[in-house]
Parts: sequence; structure tokens; C-alpha cells
Amino acid sequence: MNTIVVARTGSALVHIAGWALALIWVAPLLYAIWTAFHPPAFAARFVLMAPLTLENFERAWHAAPFAQYFLNSFMLVSLVLACQLVICTLAAYAFVCFPFRGSDLLFSLVLLQLMIMPEALLVENYRTLGKLGLIDTIVGMGLPYMASAFGIFLIRQTFKGVPKELEEAARLEGANPMQTLWRVYIPIARPTLIAFGLVTVSYHWNNFLWPLVVSNSVGTRPITVGLQVFATIEQGIDWSLVTAATLLSVAPLLLAFLIFQRQFVQSFMRAGIR
Amino acid sequence: MKLSRNALWGSLLLLPATVLLWVFTYQPILTTLINSFYSTPRGRRQSVFIGADHYARMAVDPVFWKAMTNNAVYAAVTIPLSIVLALTMALLVQGRLRGTTAMRIAFFTPTVLPMVAVANIWLFFYAPDYGLIDQILSVVGLGGYNLLGNRDTALWALIAITVWKEAGFFMIFYLAGLQQISPTLLEAADLEGATYWQRLWRVVIPLLMPTTLFIAINAVIGAFRLVDHVVAMTKGGPDNTTMLLLYYLYQVGFGFWDTNYAAAITVVLLTILAVIALFQFGYADKRVHYR
Repeated sequence: MNTIVVARTGSALVHIAGWALALIWVAPLLYAIWTAFHPPAFAARFVLMAPLTLENFERAWHAAPFAQYFLNSFMLVSLVLACQLVICTLAAYAFVCFPFRGSDLLFSLVLLQLMIMPEALLVENYRTLGKLGLIDTIVGMGLPYMASAFGIFLIRQTFKGVPKELEEAARLEGANPMQTLWRVYIPIARPTLIAFGLVTVSYHWNNFLWPLVVSNSVGTRPITVGLQVFATIEQGIDWSLVTAATLLSVAPLLLAFLIFQRQFVQSFMRAGIR
Repeated sequence: MKLSRNALWGSLLLLPATVLLWVFTYQPILTTLINSFYSTPRGRRQSVFIGADHYARMAVDPVFWKAMTNNAVYAAVTIPLSIVLALTMALLVQGRLRGTTAMRIAFFTPTVLPMVAVANIWLFFYAPDYGLIDQILSVVGLGGYNLLGNRDTALWALIAITVWKEAGFFMIFYLAGLQQISPTLLEAADLEGATYWQRLWRVVIPLLMPTTLFIAINAVIGAFRLVDHVVAMTKGGPDNTTMLLLYYLYQVGFGFWDTNYAAAITVVLLTILAVIALFQFGYADKRVHYR
């Protein structure tokens, strides 16, 4: 990283300003953590020796079927991730290695979908799911996202950088197109695929509006919708319970982020470079 | 006629993506457009062709216009504010100064949290009497404020949350952009005796233009896409002061079940997105990639 850009800003003043900004940024989170780990009596009172407790988490865990919600989210995210990786890789491979009349037009249609988020079409997509009999199913929740334009675009960019000689060498050795994809392209594109995977996982773990529309039972609700259903009842009544439930629901992704912080940041960076 | 090898493999590989794109993007766009000219079927009343009636109704629908103006204000404030903050953050945390990793984590963490969870955390943060903000305000004698329940402050309360969540996300793209700036250009500026601010304004920021535009376009889409906090915090209230376009669409479609009026609203939303797309492909891509 070229540090020169910032070299002369390394003054104390800038440092203090930076820390102040960082402090403001974590304040809401720290406040929620304080409340969740203390008895309700200390929810909004800062006493240094206030007793720490895990009781709020225990109450939250039993107050709603969070285990089921986690499982639903896990299944939704795995399904979307697996399907996206396969569908987008195949499509990107076709665009790069098997151009035919009309594939350029098809690619511009893919690009256009980058701008039109599935959320804008939720009324009509809900109707389609109804016809397919997929309302209140995890598959229905994932389907509109599976041909991710973003994924196709990103993987295509990577595949385009693969030297043609490698493909020809594989073909001369008698590899069929699927073997070439598997042995030549996918290994080279692995960092991109991982980056895309991380972005997808955090997008769909956090996705809310479409799952809210599609799911209407405990057996399908992802954690975001489950949290909202739970919090709507408790808000303003028992803040300790709500903040504990909130932290509980973000814990898996937050922990994963804190542990793999560098990979997360690099993945989002990689996904952002065109 | 024998298919060429490319056409055969190409179409086979593209089949799943094409089917899904058709069923969940292009088919619904066409159907939405058609449905917007038909009345919503209710009970035994069939859907009939009503021409542009939905659009005429929209033109005099005060809630729709409220949603449009709110969304415009929301976008006009959140986008520049989060972009400036994102650049500031990127300049602060890039490089190897002590503590930058912690700062980076602080700025980026809101990005990995779901908006619904963020909404709950901020609901508490904003809560009258309990919330940290109200506690601080009460020290100077301004306590007891319900920021989300007040017509004058509710939209701004949501704007603050959006900036909080988005700035760290955009910071990442600036970090990537900064990495790509050639050190020789900066050294050249140094040799010319440029001050830090001159270098920032004349070299760094112009070179970051493609990144800024990329972020801006993502931010505009985001301003029309993300309404989770509206669902979780205000439901468009009080008095429609936090009504955003997509939330109104959701309310008309799934609250009032007026699906074909919702289709007309969808058409407006799609038009806005199409204009952004045209701008990006037609204008921005040509102008900005001068490097």
C-alpha cells in the first residue's frame, strides 16, 4: 500500500480526529453491548461496577425460536451461494470462451440487471412464486437472486485474464470444455470466487425485505425477519431483551468478520475493482 | 443446420442463467408494465383495462409525492455525506500508522450488520429517556426528545443511520482506489513542492474520480433499495415523513394488496433506475476512464 498519500497527515491532530470518528462509529454498538450484558436495571445507567450477566441472552434465546431462524438463514445462504457459484461460473465461462451470435446482447441484458435490484420487482416476483407454489419456502426466497449479474460480471472479468494458451494446451491434451473449466479456469479464479462468496454470504445473511414478503412461518423465516418479528413486540418494553436478541442474531457474522477481518476487507475490495 | 461448437456449448452453459434472468427480471418487468394499465382484481371483480388511470391517480396521490420528495432529500443528503466520510476514513486508515486496523474495523463493522439489527440498535440509541443521545441532550436540558416520533427529525434520524452504515462500505472502494494510484505521480507532486492539500485536491481526488463515480452510482441505487430501517423503525411515519418510494411500493403491494397500482409505482421506480443505468453506460463510462 502506498503510504505516501497520508505521510504528512500523520500529525497528532489528524490522529485524534480519526480516533474521535472511530469512537462515534462504534458508540451505538458499544451502547447496545453494555445494555445486553447488564441487568435491566442498568440498561441505560453507567455504573462502573454494574454486575455483568448473560441472563438477557438466555431469556432472548428462549423467547423466540432463534435456533430455527439461524438454521433457516444458514440453509438460505448455503443454497444461494452454491447455486450462484455454479450458475454464474457457467455463464461467465460461456461469455469468455464460447461467444456466439447474440451472446453480446445477452451480456448487455445481464449488465442491465446490475441496476435493477430484485427488490424493485417484489410484487411481480411474489406473483410468480405463487404460480410456482414456492411462497413460504427457502427455495423461493433464494430463486430471484441465483443468476447474479454481479457474479457473472465479476467472474467473467477474471476469466478474461486467463491466458488463451492454457486453454489450448488443455484442449490439445484432450480435455473437454467442462474439464478445462474445472482444471484451468476455476483454480485461477479461486480468489475471485472466494471474494464473491463472502460478499454474497453477507448480503444474504443480512437480506430482509424480500424474505419478509416471502416467509410467513417459523420454519422458513431467516434470522433478520425472525428478529424483526420478535423485536416489534418487545421494543420499548424490555430493551435489555431486544439488544441481547439483536446481538445474538448478528453474532455469527460479526465474529466471522472480526476473525477474518483482512479477508473480508480484501474481498470487498476485490469485488469493487472492475 | 449444424450448430457451431461455440453456439452449442455457449447456449448450454448460459441456459440456467438465462432462464432465471427471464423469469425473475425481464418477464416481471414486462408484466409489471402491462399490469400497470389494468385495475387490481378484487374478489369477484375482474381486472379490466383502465388505460393510464393508475398514473393519473399517482399524479394526485399526496403520499406518492411525499415518498418521491423524501427519497430525493434522503438521496441528496446521504450520498454526498457518506462519500466525503468514506474518503476521509480511507485516508485515515490507509498506510501503516499505529491503530489503523482498529479504526478500519470500527468503520467497516456497520457494513457487515443487517440493517434490521442496526435499526434495533439505533432505536435504543434514539429512545427517549433511555437512549444515549437523549441522555446527552438531557445534560444540556434538551431531554425527552423522541427523534423518530417527531415530524421534523424522523427522516434525519434515518439519514444518520444510513450514513453510519454506508460510509464504511464505500471506504473499502476508496482504499482499493488509493492502492492503484501510482507512487510516481505523488512523488512528482512532491518534487513540485505541492503541499498535502494541493496534492490531495490536484492529484489524489482527480485520480479517484472513477472510484467516486462507481460509489455514487451504487449509493444512488442503495438510496432506492434499502428500506429495511423504515420497516423496522417508523413504517413511513410519523405522518409519512419517512415514507420512501420502495417502502410505499411495499405498503401498496403487500399492505393494501393493490397490486396493479403497485405495478404502476414499480414502473416509476424502474424508470428512475433505468435513467441511472443509461447515465452510467452512456456517459460516465466514457468520461471517467481517461487513465
